[in-house]
Amino acid sequence: MAHAHDVHAHEHEHHKETFLTKYIFSQDHKMIAKQFLVTGLIWALIGGFLSILFRLQLGFPGMDLSFLQPLLGKWIVIQKDGTGQLDPDFYLQLVTMHGTIMVFFVLTAGLSGTFSNFLIPLQIGARDMASGFMNMLSYWFFFLASVIMFRSLFLETGPAEGGWTIYPPLSALKQAAPGSGDGMTYWLIAMALFIVSSLLGGINYIATVINMRTKGMSFSRLPLTIWAFFITAIIGLLSFPVLLSAALLLIFDRSFGTSFYLSDIFINGEALHHTGGSAILFQHLFWFLGHPEVYIVLLPALGITSEIVATNSRKPIFGYRAMIGSMLAIAVLSFIVWAHHMFVSGMNPFLGTIFMFLTLIIAIPSAVKSFNYITTLWRGSIRFTPAMLFSIGLVSLFISGGVTGIVLGNNALDIQLHDTYFVVAHFHLVMGSASFFGMMAGVYHWFPKMFGRMMDERLGYVHFWLTFIGVYLVFFPMHYLGIAGFPRRYYTFTSFDAFNIFADLNSFISVAAIITFSAQLIFGFNFFYSMFRGRRAPANPWGSTTLEWTTPVEPGHGNWPGQIPYVYRWPYDYSKPNADKDGFGDFIPQTVPYAFTPNSNLPHENEKVAFEKEFMIPEDTTLEKAQA
Amino acid sequence: MLKLILILAAVLVVAIAFTIFRVARLVAIAKNKDRKDPVDVSTNNLHATLFVLLPLIGAAAVVWYTNSADDMYLPLASEHGEATDGLFWTTMAIIIAMFVVTNVGLFAFSYMYRYKRGQKAHFYPHNNTLEAIWTAVPAIILLVLVLNGWLVWRKVMSEPPKEAQVVEIMGHQFAWKVRYPGKDGELGNYSFRFMDATNEMGVDLTDKRTEDDILPPEIHLVKGKPVLFKIRSRDVIHSVFAPHFRLKMDAVPGMPTQFWFTPTKTTAEMRQELSQLPNWQRIDPKTGKPRYESFNYEIACTEVCGRGHFGMRLVVVVETEEEFKAWLAKQQPWTQLVGEDYVQKARVRQALVKEGKYHSVNDVEDAVVMQEMENAQKQTASLK
Repeated sequence: MAHAHDVHAHEHEHHKETFLTKYIFSQDHKMIAKQFLVTGLIWALIGGFLSILFRLQLGFPGMDLSFLQPLLGKWIVIQKDGTGQLDPDFYLQLVTMHGTIMVFFVLTAGLSGTFSNFLIPLQIGARDMASGFMNMLSYWFFFLASVIMFRSLFLETGPAEGGWTIYPPLSALKQAAPGSGDGMTYWLIAMALFIVSSLLGGINYIATVINMRTKGMSFSRLPLTIWAFFITAIIGLLSFPVLLSAALLLIFDRSFGTSFYLSDIFINGEALHHTGGSAILFQHLFWFLGHPEVYIVLLPALGITSEIVATNSRKPIFGYRAMIGSMLAIAVLSFIVWAHHMFVSGMNPFLGTIFMFLTLIIAIPSAVKSFNYITTLWRGSIRFTPAMLFSIGLVSLFISGGVTGIVLGNNALDIQLHDTYFVVAHFHLVMGSASFFGMMAGVYHWFPKMFGRMMDERLGYVHFWLTFIGVYLVFFPMHYLGIAGFPRRYYTFTSFDAFNIFADLNSFISVAAIITFSAQLIFGFNFFYSMFRGRRAPANPWGSTTLEWTTPVEPGHGNWPGQIPYVYRWPYDYSKPNADKDGFGDFIPQTVPYAFTPNSNLPHENEKVAFEKEFMIPEDTTLEKAQA
Repeated sequence: MLKLILILAAVLVVAIAFTIFRVARLVAIAKNKDRKDPVDVSTNNLHATLFVLLPLIGAAAVVWYTNSADDMYLPLASEHGEATDGLFWTTMAIIIAMFVVTNVGLFAFSYMYRYKRGQKAHFYPHNNTLEAIWTAVPAIILLVLVLNGWLVWRKVMSEPPKEAQVVEIMGHQFAWKVRYPGKDGELGNYSFRFMDATNEMGVDLTDKRTEDDILPPEIHLVKGKPVLFKIRSRDVIHSVFAPHFRLKMDAVPGMPTQFWFTPTKTTAEMRQELSQLPNWQRIDPKTGKPRYESFNYEIACTEVCGRGHFGMRLVVVVETEEEFKAWLAKQQPWTQLVGEDYVQKARVRQALVKEGKYHSVNDVEDAVVMQEMENAQKQTASLK
């Protein structure tokens, strides 16, 4: 086995890499990861910017927006008094595209695509993904989806308009809204391609984790990152095809006159010929993906931060098995809670009861995870690297947004709060911000491995504090709006007496949003500047135990120049008692056999020494070699 | 010129920021060279302190704002709303406690266990008792909440009482239409095939029960009397949201839905109640009078339905039985309002649609209608 790997690595040296094969049609998982990351970050910038545009409208209704006319053109309508106002249709299109971009293009592709690709082979000890070619296809399908989605922003009738959930009939009938014309067609095509990309990636992740772990890397020695990516990929594989079928049926209804979702409709003075369809059917199909999607977005972030919190507390993650168990529980439960998005959709109230019970169960594994994070910090020796700051931020946001899920998951309470700003506050904290923080933590933590250079720490600190404070200032006040009944996706609240209050709070949120968004530019600068001018990274800058830090600072094709290291222990041997007597500092890498650490071994670990000696440790292994 | 200056100023600011960044970076590198610790201890301590300080400031701000925003919360005027509001605030109290406990743990530990030279972290990989406790405790709390929610939900979603006042609400882009049954107490049939510019709700004119149906521009309800909203939509999904009654239900084309409730305060009583609150005593710039004087119950749309989603307002008036009866007496049946001529022609059209000869009333040509009416006249004449 080891011999075969050597030959493999040897072959690669003869490859002549051109710019095209290295940077564009690369089949190297690390390059593909970077492609996902950069594309995801660009999308994040666009998605964030769109939210700033509609926050201007919400925070300062009636404000003269004519200065945006050079950018937005006809979507800024010049009024009789000379002021420019955002077009209400375009407002909804901004909201729709913000949601779509953030959920799918940033937090699914940008997060899972980047870190699953980058870390799976490096942390399980593999030369590359199971199929480099499929992996490349995965990125290019995503790229194609991105191009089409981006193009839709510039359509004559604007992009899709029905909210990111694209409920028909609004999304099915082009008479219903301008964005339901070409914009929706583009949206559906882009999303279909996106799903193809996501499936290609997911199959690869699963196959790689199952088949390509290095010797000794049992499932019970996988870092939590890999567990998270693995579970995420399985969830995606099971749920995305359902969205694809939902989208296909919608395409049929839109273009070929079928009636899957449409029935008894009279619009624009015309009674349509569709009968017998069910608008609720789409919601069931959509949320069958839509809810697991929340965890597709969140689990990788939780995996990443588990790793970072353990490393920077210099402690093992508390309850490793409980962490895996809760992720598995969340994964299973995520498939049977979808209809809690539909309590007041008109579905049978009895179903509502069932889904309330199932929904609130999912809070238990989530709570367990939070407690485990907090206990990991307890009696640690915490180093506040930027990645660590973002990880602690994630835990806080995960809790703050998570607890309101207990309110919303209760159908009796959801009657009032459904589709109000309470929901907006809830998911932006628990899913949007928390996952974004996980993504940022991951970038700061693995940047040295990606680019061989360090990001600037102090810019990272400033970025963190502005973002952390900013996110709370933006989303926390929205709970007040939600309790006061403010519906989401409203262009303005002045039409109603009930909502004609809190104007100052809305302005406050908008200002906070603009500041938070601007703070991300600091990150953008730091990211691209450090890529070329950052301090050269040491081999293992954070003192981590995991395999990726045993590769060269800038790993080449195939990751390890020689043989792939074997793994002898779990990834969380931080601050193990008596490790100093074995010649270690506050961490023992996964590559060190128990045979070399007689002093720090726990009783059950000593039992493994004989096995190691007989079956695993290559003859020429020395302590120094194992550590390197 | 001003623009040019602004641009130059911006460039200058960026340049200064960049220089500061470069200088600080060099200083830091020089400083780090003889660092004994794996981290810069003073910066590390700063972060630890901020993790305590900022949440405290945040908590103080939340307490202050919650107190000052107290009377902005939505007034309540329905029977089941009392149950849901009670459960909401109980749940809020519990989750705030959970939120505080966990966040205090998170931030306090971050502060207490920040890096200190010579202090080693405690190797503590797991503890099954702890895990069992914090699995069981949330489970019990959640079970209690779920059971309470279930009891309330069951009541809210129960069968409406027979004496309930029926009101039909239909959503369309971008307004609501309302229909009351007339003296017969029953609503006539409807179909989307019968809809045209006049008959916006598509009521069935061949149905006897339709004749006395009333289509008022707003909803009137009797205090203390159960109401059944029969909800439908004719184009896209809308959602009936009556915030003061804690009521929400989607209006789905092709699938009628419903929601029943009992209003507990008349509009006048609510105005009286609100006049006690400082925020409602403020002068409304639109009317020049205190805000409570123009208070009205409202219905809004909460399912995105297109351009005019934010403007689908419908006023609900709650009044005493006598006031309601007086209002009802003034309402003319819709069939009378639109006139005999329209009704007769529409009847012919609808009959043809019902026979399956046409898809919808709009497809029936005028000439066919005239022909049909003539035939009918001849028939009645010959019968005589």
